Amino acid sequence: MSDRDLVVLGVGMHPWGKWGRDFTEYGMVAARAALKDAGIEWKDVQYVAGADTIRNGYPGFIAGATFAQKMGWTGARVSSSYAACASGAMSLQTARASILAGFCDVAMVIGADTTPKGFFAPVGGGDRKNDPDWLRFHLLGATNPAYFALFARRRMDLYGATSEDFAQVKVKNSLHGLNNPYARFRKENAVEDVLNSPVVSDPLRLLDICATSDGAAAMIVTSRAFAEKHLGSLKGVPRIKAVSTSTPTYPQTLLEMPDFATDSSAVVMPPARGFKDSICWDAYEEAGVGPEDLSMAEVYDLSTALELDWYEHLGLCAPGEAEGLLRSGATTIGGRIPVNPSGGLSCFGEAIPAQAIAQVCELVWQLRGQAEGRQIENAKLGMTANQGLFGHGSSVIVGI
Amino acid sequence: MSETVTSNASQVPAIEGWFTLDQNPHLIGAQCTACGTYVFPPREGACPSPSCDSDELTATPFSRFGTVWSYAENRYAPPLPYRAAEPFEPYALVAVQLEKEGLIVLGQAPKGILAKDLKVGMRMQLETDVLYREDGVDYMIYVWAPAVQDEVVGGAK
Repeated sequence: MSDRDLVVLGVGMHPWGKWGRDFTEYGMVAARAALKDAGIEWKDVQYVAGADTIRNGYPGFIAGATFAQKMGWTGARVSSSYAACASGAMSLQTARASILAGFCDVAMVIGADTTPKGFFAPVGGGDRKNDPDWLRFHLLGATNPAYFALFARRRMDLYGATSEDFAQVKVKNSLHGLNNPYARFRKENAVEDVLNSPVVSDPLRLLDICATSDGAAAMIVTSRAFAEKHLGSLKGVPRIKAVSTSTPTYPQTLLEMPDFATDSSAVVMPPARGFKDSICWDAYEEAGVGPEDLSMAEVYDLSTALELDWYEHLGLCAPGEAEGLLRSGATTIGGRIPVNPSGGLSCFGEAIPAQAIAQVCELVWQLRGQAEGRQIENAKLGMTANQGLFGHGSSVIVGI
Repeated sequence: MSETVTSNASQVPAIEGWFTLDQNPHLIGAQCTACGTYVFPPREGACPSPSCDSDELTATPFSRFGTVWSYAENRYAPPLPYRAAEPFEPYALVAVQLEKEGLIVLGQAPKGILAKDLKVGMRMQLETDVLYREDGVDYMIYVWAPAVQDEVVGGAK
C-alpha cells in the first residue's frame, strides 16, 4: 500500500429519483449510511468536504457547512467545492489533500441535489452577455443534449457508428442497473425501445440521453493510520489510489459544453493528449497503473455515445474501435472490462454534485464483493471518468 | 435562409461585435498582437496562450469559409433565454472548423437546413439569419450555411 493511498472506510447513498424534496434530506440519508458503513460516529468526522449544488440557493453553494449544520455542528473543518459534474471528485481531492497533509484523519465527502424537470437551463435570471453558459442558450439554443449530439455525430460520420450501436449501450446499462437498489430507472430496455423513443437532438433519442435526478452520495475517507487502528487489518479494504482533477492544456481542441469555440491551434501545437485523454492518463500515472490493470470502469454516460468516447479516452481501445469493443461484450458484466456496472447515468440520471461520488461508491461495493445482482468477479481495481463543464476533469482510481 | 442581408433600421445583431451584417458577412474574432493566436468569441485583454505574456488582443475578421466538424438538430424548443418561435421548427447546429484560425466555431444553420443536409467535412460559409423578432426589430445571428459562393482569393483552403 502506497503512503499516499487513502482508505475508504464507508460509503452510502440515497436512491436516485425525482421527488423535489430539500436536497439536504437526501444528503442526511447518504451521510448516515456512510457513517454506519464505516462503523464510526458523526462526531468522529473532522472534515466535511461538500460538493456544491447551484440550483438550491445559498445552502447549495456552501454544501460543506450546510451538511455540517444539518448533521449537528461539531466544530469540524469544512470545504465546499464547485466543479459542475466534477464537483464530487474535487471534494474528494480536498479531503484527500487535508488527510495526506496531516491536518485530519477522518473526512466525509458528500454531495446531494434536487433538480428541475426538463432541459437544464442557465442558473439565475437576467441578461448575462458575458456568461458563455447564458449566451449558448440565448444565441444558439445549444442545450446539453445538443453538445452530446455533436460528439455522437462525429462517431457516425467518422467511424460509421449507428443508432443501433448507441442503443446497445443503453441495453447493456439497463441490464447492469436492473438490480441496483439505488438506481432510478430499473427497466430492461431493448434496442427497439431506444430506436422508438423520440429524437431529442439528432442523432440522439430520449433513451440515449441521461435524465436529471435527485440523489445523494457520501463516503468516509481516512488516513491509513486511523483505518489500521479502527479495522486492525486493511486487507481487502478499498483505497483511493489516484484523483485526477486536471484542466485542459492549451489549446483545447474539442468543442466542449458550454463553449462557442475551441482554442486555436493556428500558432500553438495541440498537446499530445487531448483534454479527456489527459484526465484519464493523469490518474493512471498517479496510481502507477494502466488500462490493462483495470477490472472495471464507471464512466459518465451523459449520452450512450459519450460512453463509447470514454472507452477510447480510457485507453480500453483505439479511437474508432469502441463500437467493436461494446459489441464484443467486453464492457458487459462478465466481459473483460465491464463499464458502468452500476447501470451508469443511464439508470441513475444525473444528480450533479452526488454523481462523481456515486461512481466511487459503486467501485467500493464492487471491490468488497457487495454489489448484489451486478457483481463483477474478482474485481481488484476500478476507475471513474467524468468531466465537468468549464474544463474540470474528474477521474478516481480505487483498488484493494 | 437570408440570401441578402443588408443593414437597415429593422435589423440589429443579437450580440454586438461578433460578426458583420453586410453582403459578405464574416465573424469577428480576436488575435494576439504578439504570438498571433486567435480567440472566439472576441474579447480584449490577455492572450489565452500560457506561453505568451501579451495583454493585447485586437479584433480581426475570420475566414468566411470552413468545414463541418460536427452537427446536431434540435427537435424540441430549447429553454429560455432562447426565444423559440411558436410553433417550434427543428433547426440544426453546426460546428465548423476554420483552417487558417485553427479553431472550431459553433453556430446555427439557416432555417430549413437540417441534419440530413449536412455531413462532416462539408464546406460551409458564414451567413446571417433572424434569431428572433421583437417590437418590429429583427435580432440577427451568424449562421453556417452550405457553401455556394466561390471562395475569395486567399480564402481558407
